[in-house]
Amino acid sequence: MTEPAPVPKNEKPKVAFYWCASCGGCEETILDLDERVLDVVAAVDIVFWPVAMDFKRRDVEAMADGSILAAFVNGAVRTSEQQEMAHLLRQKAKVLVALGSCAQLGGIPGLANLSSRESVLASSYFESPSTVNPEKTFPQTLHSENGFSVSLPEFFETVRSLDQVVDVDYYLPGCPPTPKILWDAVHVLLSGNLPPKGAVLAPDRALCNECPRQDTRPEKLTLKEFKRPQDVVIDEQICMLAQGVVCLGPATRSGCEALCPQGNMPCTGCFGPTSRVRDYGAKALSAIASIIDSNDEAEIEQIVQTVPDPVGTFYRYSLPTSMLRRKREI
Amino acid sequence: MPEKSHGSTRINTGQERAQKGAQKSGKKAESLVAIQSTFEPKIVAFFCNWCTYLAADLAGTSRVKYAPNIRVIRTMCSGRVDPQFVLDAFARGADGVLIGGCHPGDCHYQEGNYKTLRRVHMLRRVLREMGIEDERFRLEWISASEAERLKAVVNDMVEKVRALGPLRLRVKAEKSPEEVAA
Repeated sequence: MTEPAPVPKNEKPKVAFYWCASCGGCEETILDLDERVLDVVAAVDIVFWPVAMDFKRRDVEAMADGSILAAFVNGAVRTSEQQEMAHLLRQKAKVLVALGSCAQLGGIPGLANLSSRESVLASSYFESPSTVNPEKTFPQTLHSENGFSVSLPEFFETVRSLDQVVDVDYYLPGCPPTPKILWDAVHVLLSGNLPPKGAVLAPDRALCNECPRQDTRPEKLTLKEFKRPQDVVIDEQICMLAQGVVCLGPATRSGCEALCPQGNMPCTGCFGPTSRVRDYGAKALSAIASIIDSNDEAEIEQIVQTVPDPVGTFYRYSLPTSMLRRKREI
Repeated sequence: MPEKSHGSTRINTGQERAQKGAQKSGKKAESLVAIQSTFEPKIVAFFCNWCTYLAADLAGTSRVKYAPNIRVIRTMCSGRVDPQFVLDAFARGADGVLIGGCHPGDCHYQEGNYKTLRRVHMLRRVLREMGIEDERFRLEWISASEAERLKAVVNDMVEKVRALGPLRLRVKAEKSPEEVAA
């Protein structure tokens, strides 16, 4: 473990963290640095981190533009508040880093782009089985009573990735990014030896390259049926695809050290595409569909049906940054 | 509330769409009719070098007339048509995408067209879920001698897409106020 570059004590670089539409898993990554988080704190001043520290938005607004070395923002953007914070941190930070799948690609919240804004809100406030709302209470952006008013952020039509809202310098992939990925990125940023803008700070090869099961992958892969992990007993040594389980390793960027295959689960693609791919889901679909072992149209259709949810399978983390971006309103 | 649900594979026909529009507002239905009467579908056609592109050449030299709505892109094999190409075409304003390849068993590269067939079946399911109708995305086997068949396929597809109306994915992306160019 190398030490971060020494910085004069009173001039520690400033770092900010923020979360948008996310689950909080990316914040866990920071804590998963375990005692190394102390090295990070020794090297930098954390000036904003709503999940862990008591700084307010006005504190950030009071800072000089560009005075933060790096702002790490996780989560997709769905509300006006998230959009404002993205713009604010972009203004105050020299380097804006999209942390995790949601900020990079749109992530799991991005699957909401399969539904309209109206149906999402209706489902949450009226229709779900656990909802009891006889008065039809519905969130409003502004409510006034007795001369006082309260406001809520606006809920946009579409979920967006961070770079569809503001300019992003670097991306840390993963759902969540592994502590190793984050640690390496902090080192790179502190070293001052910055990679080219727009870089994804992870290896640019497919996951299969670092998968311990790689050697058991057959020369020619063909499948008569796609199986789901919950329906089969998965062998712990053999290539997932050779066992018929849909594993997106061939289409996914490496860098996670094959955590899921090592935990006996197939890759679901959270590290996103390598640099040569524009639409992750299309490439993953292409890789998986090509190994169908049939030349007969009816049989192919039957095998294709064994993937019950193609969009959820291939675009699980990347629907907002796909070429189609969202379901078309018919 | 709208019937949108995950995994919905219900496909609206142009007629259903027009009716739905009419229910929403009479004005909207009128404008839809106006658009459809002047609407010329843009169809991006990926034709393989060895069969379907030659069929299109033959159609040209034999003066076989077909609808001028297709923009032909020649690929060495229908297997070269990456699903990304299809999505990119739709995202950039195509109303339909047609892939033409050699008949099964006739592929110049032995099995390129079989790979196309497998990908197309999976991709069509994604397109359905994303609200793009089956008629807008078509795979056809057309050999080098089948100029008449090429004509029939193109004319039929143009009419079906015309009936569906414009896809308008690009317009929507440009108009959305919260969108910022990526």
